[in-house]
Amino acid sequence: MTEFKGLPTSDEYFSKIDFKPPKTGWMDTPTVIRDGMYCFPAKPKSVKTLDLPFPREWVPSDDDWKLPENWKEIILEGMKDRLERFRTFKVFMDICVRCGACADKCHFFIGTGDPKNMPVVRAELLRSVYRNDFTKAGKILGKIAGARELTVDVLKEWWYYFFQCSECRRCSVFCPYGIDMAEITIMGRELLNLVGLNIEWIGAPVAFCYKTGNHMGIQPHAFKDMMDFFTDEIEEVTGVRVEPQFNKKGADILFITPSGDIFGDPGTYTTMGYMLLHHYLKVKYGLDITWSTYASEGGNFGLFTSNEVMKRLNAKMYAEAKRLGVKWILGGECGHMWRVVNQYMATMNGPADFLEEPVNPITGTKFENAKDTKMVHIVEFTADLIKHGKLDLDPSRNDNLKVTFHDSCNPARGMGMFDEPRYIIKKVCKHFYDMPRNCIREQTFCCGSGSGLNASEDMELRLAGGLPRANAVKYVQEKHGVNMLSCICAIDRAVFPPLMEYWVPEVDVTGIHELVCNALIIPGEKEKTVNLRGEDIPNKDEMDPDEYFTRPDFPGR
Amino acid sequence: MNEKYLYSLIAVIALFLVAYVGVEALGLQWLFGIIIPCLAIITFIVGFVMRVNDWARSPVPFRIPSTCGQQKSLPWIKHSKIDNPFSTGGVIIRMILEILLFRSLFRNTKCNMNEGARISYVWEKWLWLFSLAFHYSFLVVLVRHLRFFLEPVPVCFQILDKIDGFLQIGLPGVLISGVVLLAAVIFLLLRRIIISQVRYFSLAADFFPLFLIIGIAVSGIMMRYFIKVDIVGVKELTMGLVTFHPHIPEGIGAVFYVHVFFVSVLLAYFPFSKLMHLAGIFLSPTRNLPNNNRAYRHINPWNPKVKVHTYEEYEDDFREKMIEAGLPVDKEL
Repeated sequence: MTEFKGLPTSDEYFSKIDFKPPKTGWMDTPTVIRDGMYCFPAKPKSVKTLDLPFPREWVPSDDDWKLPENWKEIILEGMKDRLERFRTFKVFMDICVRCGACADKCHFFIGTGDPKNMPVVRAELLRSVYRNDFTKAGKILGKIAGARELTVDVLKEWWYYFFQCSECRRCSVFCPYGIDMAEITIMGRELLNLVGLNIEWIGAPVAFCYKTGNHMGIQPHAFKDMMDFFTDEIEEVTGVRVEPQFNKKGADILFITPSGDIFGDPGTYTTMGYMLLHHYLKVKYGLDITWSTYASEGGNFGLFTSNEVMKRLNAKMYAEAKRLGVKWILGGECGHMWRVVNQYMATMNGPADFLEEPVNPITGTKFENAKDTKMVHIVEFTADLIKHGKLDLDPSRNDNLKVTFHDSCNPARGMGMFDEPRYIIKKVCKHFYDMPRNCIREQTFCCGSGSGLNASEDMELRLAGGLPRANAVKYVQEKHGVNMLSCICAIDRAVFPPLMEYWVPEVDVTGIHELVCNALIIPGEKEKTVNLRGEDIPNKDEMDPDEYFTRPDFPGR
Repeated sequence: MNEKYLYSLIAVIALFLVAYVGVEALGLQWLFGIIIPCLAIITFIVGFVMRVNDWARSPVPFRIPSTCGQQKSLPWIKHSKIDNPFSTGGVIIRMILEILLFRSLFRNTKCNMNEGARISYVWEKWLWLFSLAFHYSFLVVLVRHLRFFLEPVPVCFQILDKIDGFLQIGLPGVLISGVVLLAAVIFLLLRRIIISQVRYFSLAADFFPLFLIIGIAVSGIMMRYFIKVDIVGVKELTMGLVTFHPHIPEGIGAVFYVHVFFVSVLLAYFPFSKLMHLAGIFLSPTRNLPNNNRAYRHINPWNPKVKVHTYEEYEDDFREKMIEAGLPVDKEL
């Protein structure tokens, strides 16, 4: 049970939300840095690990943030440099017409009513400085042209609000020019990093990932220990002893997934799902898959730091694939990991010419869409296996579940993976209910904790940002009795349980591959009475297969 | 009254007075009929090209389209070819729909917080509808004006005028485009003033072009229907401009010069303002690139060299523990 210290009940919280902006203009409304809405600053140790600039102890509520003396010069130089390197930055600074289509698309705005969380205003925080120092109109007309000088207070405002954006890109779907707040936030955070303003919840995972291979800082032997523990758990439930392989040279496929799923529930059940699937494919089809303790992180909090840091962390994937001599890489369920893999990886660290164009050896399917990056999403892979009838499935084992699916922001708007996960869910569960159309697929809402904001000290921010998502889950809970929220993101799995507890009690959280392996009939398994979570599996004999078609909640009705 | 639109309104009124007084009292027809329009056009063209050139000089390091539909993956999964384009063809169609039909704006919803802690999202088509009406009527008005710069007037323009005036109300017949333009621009203005959220983030730079365009539309409508100007003289002046024989005919009313001055200001203001969204949309990397990064590598011209933590360094850090845990190592102890 999570404690929501100092927070009102969910109903009270909801009724307090007010979209009415204050009377004073946003430039004249000072930003108050409020507890519960921000994450703690990065510790010097984390910043030092990657030799990032200006490691120091500083406190957001203090007046003095111990900025370097020439901080302003650094920021303005940094802006100039980025304007020259990123067309997105330049164009997005210039062309916004402030039509406001993005305003109420942001989950943080909907959940907080804070007008500076409207993407247009959040972007203006940076744009106003751009106008002041980089455009003629701003230099001449000043405030009338929407320009303002970069001051310490402006910098603090940036830090506060660029860490209240989860880079989910929902606003960019609605923007008539495709202006992407995520891109502006990325630039803003890069600039903040230049003067040592980051948050520990990003700084620490980045430092850990760099040194030990994963965000959680799990060292190789501990990684193996945890997997051994899962192996025992799996044996207890299924009677099957799986044998995960580590750092194995000459394996067919390297498997990389976010370490968050190895570290905490309910993600651990998804990891057990992967292990069972790997075992099944090995026993049935001889497929040789290895894990790596060096490249033991799918996620990449570098994306939330700077493009250079992202590249430094991502480099491990190809380096390890090359060292082990695998054919191609299979990636687990993760959100921002797939934004990086799909839109950045090959550009940064490719070409991956030492790998083969990925082919599923069991079905013969060529993954044409991944022929350059040579990295396939496990959901694409499993959907292909199921389509070709290569998995023995008994979906009735998931009969206790009424499932809905959360499209994670990055696979949704940075990739477009919508139908593969739904296909799998429908093949392994009998009761699937999508949330309303304006809350799913490309219009999906963020979990409220993406882009490194999933700390505990900013719980209020997370609960507020997660409200639109939770509210849509509540809708299907009331309408269809949904009791399980499935997703393909490790951060989702870590952050949804408290979010559901606050807004929609009685809804649990799962990964797709946990559902798959609940349904998977593994050679040599014992009569299963409980699933991986130790919950009773509905007794098959008591279920009449035709019953579903007559039940009022049958999906086809 | 909000200072942001007050400033803009005062600026437009001042511009009106400058032109009116300049022509009526000071007799500066040459300045307002020839010199300023020519300078404005040069400013527009040079400014426009320079701005686009400036954007184009910055590279696109990453291919980051916003994907708004199903990706191309397995052959049996229906690919959304336009909203998540994989090929250049798909991108072109996506861009055409975006530019000609404002497809993204068409998606617009309004978020409502309802009783019983329920949030709803309702399709909000008005912004889309009036934006479309505004841009298209402006385009028609613009094209219609080409008749002042061509002699003889090509048949297609005559047909356009016929269609535009098909209502055949009054004399001279009401042209729909002008009326729609004025109505749409007033909608866009009212929306900025009335909706508290939109008012909150609107800048003076958002009101100024709206007031200016209202000024242009009103002065144009005045000339056509109310305070008649010498249309033959106007054509003489405009033809003089395009044939590089500038000449000011006698007796064109002052309202004409006001109209031309407003248009000149709009043209000169254009490249330095948000109005550049006209060109910017073509260069927006979240829309104009295919989502095929995993199939075709995108090159970053400044791909930085970075320091990484190699496997060898990693193994050096953990060798003993790895061996103890039975993990394979490259170098034994």
